[in-house]
Amino acid sequence: MTGQQLVNGNFERFLRRKRLMGRIFHVILLISTLVGLVMLAVLIVDIAIEGGAWLTPTLFTNYHSRRPEQAGMKSGIAGSLIVLSLTALFSFPLGVGAAVYLEEYAPKNRLTEFININISNLGGVPSVVYGMLGLTVFSRGFGLFKPNSWLVQALNLPVDPRNGYIFSVLGLEMRLPFGNSLLTGGLAMTLLILPTVIMASREAIRAVPNSIREAAFGLGATPWQVVSRQVLPAALPGILTGMILALSRAMGEAAPLIILGAFTYVPFLPRTIWDQFTVMPIQIYNWITLPQPEYRVHLSAAGILVLLVVLLGMNALAVYLRNRFEKRW
Amino acid sequence: MVTSTPNATTIEAAQNTTDGVVLSTQGLNVYYGDKLALRDISMDIYRNQITAIIGPSGCGKSTLIRCYNRMNDLIPSARVEGRVLFEGTNIYAPGVDAVEVRRRIGMVFQKPNPFPKSIYDNVAFGPRINGFKGNMDDIVENALRQAALWDEVKDQLHESGLALSGGQQQRLCIARALAVEPEVILMDEPASALDPIATLKIEELMQELKQRYSIVIVTHNMQQAARVSDMTAFISIDRENPDARIGVLVEYGTTQQIFTNPINKETEDYVSGRFG
Repeated sequence: MTGQQLVNGNFERFLRRKRLMGRIFHVILLISTLVGLVMLAVLIVDIAIEGGAWLTPTLFTNYHSRRPEQAGMKSGIAGSLIVLSLTALFSFPLGVGAAVYLEEYAPKNRLTEFININISNLGGVPSVVYGMLGLTVFSRGFGLFKPNSWLVQALNLPVDPRNGYIFSVLGLEMRLPFGNSLLTGGLAMTLLILPTVIMASREAIRAVPNSIREAAFGLGATPWQVVSRQVLPAALPGILTGMILALSRAMGEAAPLIILGAFTYVPFLPRTIWDQFTVMPIQIYNWITLPQPEYRVHLSAAGILVLLVVLLGMNALAVYLRNRFEKRW
Repeated sequence: MVTSTPNATTIEAAQNTTDGVVLSTQGLNVYYGDKLALRDISMDIYRNQITAIIGPSGCGKSTLIRCYNRMNDLIPSARVEGRVLFEGTNIYAPGVDAVEVRRRIGMVFQKPNPFPKSIYDNVAFGPRINGFKGNMDDIVENALRQAALWDEVKDQLHESGLALSGGQQQRLCIARALAVEPEVILMDEPASALDPIATLKIEELMQELKQRYSIVIVTHNMQQAARVSDMTAFISIDRENPDARIGVLVEYGTTQQIFTNPINKETEDYVSGRFG
């Protein structure tokens, strides 16, 4: 009798405690979620109040100006779009190629393991480091094309002290080194996002069930046919999602491009990939550093609004692609 | 280890060639890494017959059937010794292309695995990658008819193969295998994921298909082996060294003999349901 009651009493007490713990945890989780959302809302409301009225067509049609009401970020928008396009162009084949190799072809040995670890490490490298790497390799070409370098003297190359060695391949102008150009920016951004693209692509490729590969091999497909006709098409939505999220990150980067020599004042639209450029984050950063409140507060906020809309648009596209083409196995 | 030879009627049934043997393993050993998985398997597969491979779980039935079209090549640690003769040619000899072997020896897997594409594209995939010429619509229809699926799907050829029921998906996988005109079809527990009615359909289909193809089927279902097959191979764990879990061929003969008059005691225990 008493034993029974004791058990029941304990049970009731434990149940109340269990329930209470559950509720407390529920609230903690909710707060964790809301912190991020509230901060985003505060940010958007703040910049909308400060920059909303400055979000005029001028922002898209004009270059930076000494008069705030006439200042725009046309060259920054164009620069961002071109740098991102180049980044996508370079990082897609490189990233997907590396991911396919590592997932489908690479033998499981020490070297592959070493590569795996270092791709993860590269993903954690600060972006300025990629800027410095890009400056050395792409922008300056290790200094190999200065008039007094051993290479130029050995080959007797006709170099221009400012632009380096200019030549033409199939009628297209080529320059070595790449200088402070859009091409350098795109290549540095490619290095920056490549680890992310590789890892996202590998995840997508790994999500394709092995039974699909076996079915294709069983019909007499070569490894390349299995990859190109089954694995990649099935993995493509996941790859594209990762690609777009990586590009969104690249779009917000200013630091590496400043190191590479992107300009803050570019009063022209680029015509070739060899032209100098600026990007939206650099333009915004420049405005924030100016003393006048019109630039510092209002124009920069309007610029951030434009950047945010583009970023959120890209993220929405990623979500759409993932939902639209997600495969059920 | 007794390996009985097929009786006279079995051989007469296989009239197409002089000896009627389409596949033959000779002294086949399979290793995964250092571990021996199958030891000294020597048996002949006869043309236009259904050969069932039965045995307890983990004895290497699937490993054996995957040797017949070199699917084990896809497992990096797998290593094969001995010979697998297909129409007299050792498919493991240097210079033999596994891709060509797999085109001629098709495979149907345990779990239906249609590609995430339309029914049509599932069937057309094999002919396309192998450069088949001719009317693809006819090839697809012909394969689906052979797999007894045409009437059910002819109005939805361009819908996803994944929308079909499990049994239909498996017949789609059979149609897909038939479309590349293989000579042998390997089936690795093709009905284990299906309900009894879908299983019956697959079994009926196999009887149709053996007129044109040679079929090897792995099954853990002894009733199925008894119902559908002409020849039965019983594989089990080597009794003398049970911890090593090495698969050996215990007995091979006509299905009738294996199920009614097994020579080996272990076979008798297994087919009568006393172990496994």
